[in-house]
Amino acid sequence: MSAFRRLVARDLRLALRQGGDAATVVAFFVLTVILFPFGVGPEPELLRRIAPGVVWVTALLASLLSLERLFLADYEDGSLEVLALIPLPLEAQVVAKCLAHWLVTGLPLTLLAPLLALLLHLEGAAYPALVAGMALGTPTLSLIGAIGAALTLGARRGGVLLSLLVLPLYVPILIFGVGACEAAATGFAARPHLLLLAALLALALPLAPFAAAAGLRQALE
Amino acid sequence: MPASRLSDLPATGFAGRGLACWRGERPVFERLDFDLPSGGALILRGPNGSGKSSLLRLMAGLGPAAAGALLWDGVPVAEDPGAHRARLHFVGHADALKAALTVAETLTFWAGMRGGGDLPAALARFRLRPLADLPCRFLSAGQRRRLALARLVGSPAALWLLDEPLTGLDEESVADLHAAIAAHRKEGGAVALSTHAPLALEGAATLALDDCAPSFALAALGP
Repeated sequence: MSAFRRLVARDLRLALRQGGDAATVVAFFVLTVILFPFGVGPEPELLRRIAPGVVWVTALLASLLSLERLFLADYEDGSLEVLALIPLPLEAQVVAKCLAHWLVTGLPLTLLAPLLALLLHLEGAAYPALVAGMALGTPTLSLIGAIGAALTLGARRGGVLLSLLVLPLYVPILIFGVGACEAAATGFAARPHLLLLAALLALALPLAPFAAAAGLRQALE
Repeated sequence: MPASRLSDLPATGFAGRGLACWRGERPVFERLDFDLPSGGALILRGPNGSGKSSLLRLMAGLGPAAAGALLWDGVPVAEDPGAHRARLHFVGHADALKAALTVAETLTFWAGMRGGGDLPAALARFRLRPLADLPCRFLSAGQRRRLALARLVGSPAALWLLDEPLTGLDEESVADLHAAIAAHRKEGGAVALSTHAPLALEGAATLALDDCAPSFALAALGP
């Protein structure tokens, strides 16, 4: 097994055994979406209109919840120091950790999104756009989040700082994700929005690991 | 680094010349030279805060030196940091263990990240075999330390950098570490370690970090 796959496997194993972070993310996502009909009233028309926005905003915040722990656990127990000294470049390790993070947070969010959209009476035609948008958008959330998590490592109250750093960068993903759903729901093509989400992912995949690795090196000095 | 010093560099082994280190606004040490030939051992001594940990981290490449250069076989380490990482093991103050992973999984993971290694040998060297299937959360401080040190034996590396490796170890485990270091040096490996406890390593050089304390910092402390 290559070092890259070993690191992904370790993070998955830790997430499954400890369970905490992934379960928190999923529970937050489900509970918050379920609360909306209680808050705004059960009219199907209103829920149908706000469904894409509610699902996407909640998914964004849910993914933010788990970001602080992305590197913090390894930083605190000294693993990050040892990881920084293994032959596999730190950039590749960031990709591995983001992949594991996405598998335990982004993927469950993507799979649960259509079920929760059902509760909000989302327009039938919008489901493919919602799932495709989440599948393209959530990996970018993990990658951008990794930059924030690396930069706030070792800072006191890093969580607050992390939200302030990362949320503005999440806005384009939110806009195009919701845009794809609404275009599909109103009979327009969702494809341009999805292509823009794919472009954001294609941009974040090579760039974010370099920024995050630089942040990690700074934290280790 | 004065140019004249380059000429008396050893052709093999690990060496540092004219090293200086700052922590924030404070100089920790300066004009520090060391030589660590293959098969050699270097014991760092000095009071708390004299820069033993900083020097070991610097040797590992975790952070740049404020001045000076590290050389491996006469070639500056900075020219190929990746190759330097591949030939060293660093055991710091933190044990780098995950509470949810077992002893065997921890060793397999760390050895695997460096391209594979010898799990049975690593377990045997620090008497960890009875604990192999125990999650790390059940280990005592001394057992955690032994597991961190077992990483050294788990995969081969030419240079060991150990920061206070004796902390929390009982007498038998200190003897285990002794034996591990002796075997490593016999195969041509080098060791640099910091310790406050007496540790008799055959033919080891001692580096007293007090001698490299920054001159103006000492002057400031005077009457």
